[in-house]
Amino acid sequence: MIEISGVSLTLGGSGILNDVNLTVPKGGVTALVGPNGAGKSSLLSLIARLQPLQSGRITVDGLAVDTTPSRELAKVMAILRQDPGVASRLRVAELVGFGRFPHHRGRLTAQDREIVAASLEQFDLGDLSLRFIDTLSGGQRQRALVAMTFCQGTDYILLDEPLNNLDMFHARNLMRTLRRIGDEHGKTVLIVLHDINHAAAHADRIVAMKDGAVVASGDTEAIIRPDVLESIFGFPMLVERVAGRLAVLHHT
Amino acid sequence: MTETAVQRDMVRPDFRVAIMAAAALLACLAYMTIGLRGNLAFVLELRSVRLAAMVVVGVAVAVSTVVFQTVCANRIITPSIMGLDALYIFCQTALVFTLSGFGFAGIDPRLHFLGNFMAMTCLALVLFLPMLRRQFDLTLMLLTGVVLSVLFRSLTTLLARLIDPNDFAVLQGAVFASFNAVEPELLLLAAAITVAGTFIAWRARHVLDVLALGSDTAIGLGVAWRVTAAGLLVLVAALVSASTALVGPMAFLGLLVVSLAQRIVGTNRHAVLIPAAALTAIIVLVGGQTVLQHALGGEGSLGIVVEFAGGIVFLAILFASGRR
Repeated sequence: MIEISGVSLTLGGSGILNDVNLTVPKGGVTALVGPNGAGKSSLLSLIARLQPLQSGRITVDGLAVDTTPSRELAKVMAILRQDPGVASRLRVAELVGFGRFPHHRGRLTAQDREIVAASLEQFDLGDLSLRFIDTLSGGQRQRALVAMTFCQGTDYILLDEPLNNLDMFHARNLMRTLRRIGDEHGKTVLIVLHDINHAAAHADRIVAMKDGAVVASGDTEAIIRPDVLESIFGFPMLVERVAGRLAVLHHT
Repeated sequence: MTETAVQRDMVRPDFRVAIMAAAALLACLAYMTIGLRGNLAFVLELRSVRLAAMVVVGVAVAVSTVVFQTVCANRIITPSIMGLDALYIFCQTALVFTLSGFGFAGIDPRLHFLGNFMAMTCLALVLFLPMLRRQFDLTLMLLTGVVLSVLFRSLTTLLARLIDPNDFAVLQGAVFASFNAVEPELLLLAAAITVAGTFIAWRARHVLDVLALGSDTAIGLGVAWRVTAAGLLVLVAALVSASTALVGPMAFLGLLVVSLAQRIVGTNRHAVLIPAAALTAIIVLVGGQTVLQHALGGEGSLGIVVEFAGGIVFLAILFASGRR
C-alpha cells in the first residue's frame, strides 16, 4: 500500500502540489491521469524519493520514503521516469542488467542473468541485446528502460508515461504485461498515462489530478464517465461501450 | 550465442588492460635504463624519485578525472573546472608577491605542500558540502567553480603585473608542472593520499557504473545519490590537490588519458576504465618524459607538452562527437 498524506511541493516559488492525500491499495494497476502540469510526475518522483519531501508523509509498504535507506527502498519499489537520458555508452543487455543492482550491489549472479534474459525476452529485446543504447530508436530504448525497471523485481512499480515513443503493438504489449503482473504476482503498478483509453482498458483504478491536487479517484468504471472526464480535462467527450469495453472519444 | 558474445565482450577489455599494463611497465623500464652513465647510484635514485612522482601524479589525475566525469555525467569535463588549479596558481603568485622570490624559495617544502593541499581541499569542501542540503543543483556548483576560477585568474594576472620581473621568473618555474624537483618526503605523502583515494574509487566501481546512468536512475536503483556524489567529489578534490601540490597543475592530462583509455578499452565499466585510465596516464607521462629527455634533447617541460597534446585531443573529441 502506498499512503500519501498532506504532501505539498513548491518549486521556485510556484506551488506544484497542494496538500495531496491518497491511498493506493496493494495489488493491481492504478493509472494516474490529468492534464499537463497537474503534478502527476512530481507526485511520482516524490513517492520514488527522487525529490526530497518538503511536507507531509509518504509510505510505501509501511516504509517512510524520506527516512528509509535508499537501498532498502530499491528492493521494494522501482521507478522509471519520463525519458531518463542514458549518458553512459552501454549495450542493451548491460543496461537491463543494472536493474538487478539493488540485489547484488556488485556483479551479476547466475540467477540475476536468468532474470535479465527473461526480461529481455519479455520485452522483445532478444535481437537487440548486444546493440548500444545510443543506436536504438526512441521506442526501442523505452522498452529497454522498462525491461530494466521490471528486472528490479520489486513489489511496487512506478512508471511515468512509459507509453511514450511506443508503437501500438508495443504499447499494448506493455499494458498487458503490467495487467498480468498486477493479477498474477499481486504487484502494485502505479502508472502515469496520457492515453485515457489505455487507462480505461487496463487499469483497475484511476486517480485524476488537476492543478496540484487529486480531484477524482476510484474504480475505472466510476471515473470513465463523461461528466467526470469533463471536470478533469475541461472539455466534453463521448464515452461509449464498444463490444463491452469502455471507449473515450476525445479526439474528435 | 547472445551470452557468449557478451562474455567475449567482457573479456576483451581485460585483455587490453593487460597489454596496457605491459606497455606501462616497458615505459618505466625504458625511463630507468636508457642512457645511463656517470654515478649509477645517484642517477638511479634521481630517476626513481621522478618515476615514482610521475606514476603517483598520473594515477591521481586519471582516477580523479574518471570519477569526476561520472559524477557530473559528462565526458568532456575535467576537475580543473572546480577552480582548484586556478586557486593553486593564485596562491603561488600571492606568496611570491608577499615574500618575494627569495622568500618563496625559502619556504619549508612540507609546509608549502600542506598549505596548498589544505587551501584546495577547503575550496572544494566549500563548493561541495552544500550538496548535502536538501535543494541542490550540481550545475550551480560547477558554475560557481568556473566563476571562482575566473576570479582567481584575474587576481593572479593583477599580482603578476605588480611583481618584480626576477620574482616573476621564479613564479613561472613554480606554476608549470614539473617533475624535476620533487621532494621524496612529499612524494610519500602524495602517494599515500593517491593510494587511499584510488582504493576508495576502486571499491566504489560498481556504484560508479550506476551513477553513470544519471541521478534519477541511480536513486531508483538504491544509491544514496547526494551523499555518494558529495563524498566522491571530495575524494576527487583530495586527489587533484595532492597531485597539484606535488608537481603543479596538469589540467589536460586527465581529459587526454581518460578519453584515450575509453577509446582503447571500448567500455565505460569502471572496473576496466579506472585501471585503463591510470595505465594510460603512466604511459603518457613516463613515455613522454623518456622521449623528451632522450629524443628531443632534454630541455622542455613535460607539462607544456601534455597541455598542448591534451588541447588537440580535446578538439578532436569535440569534432568527432559533433559529426556523429
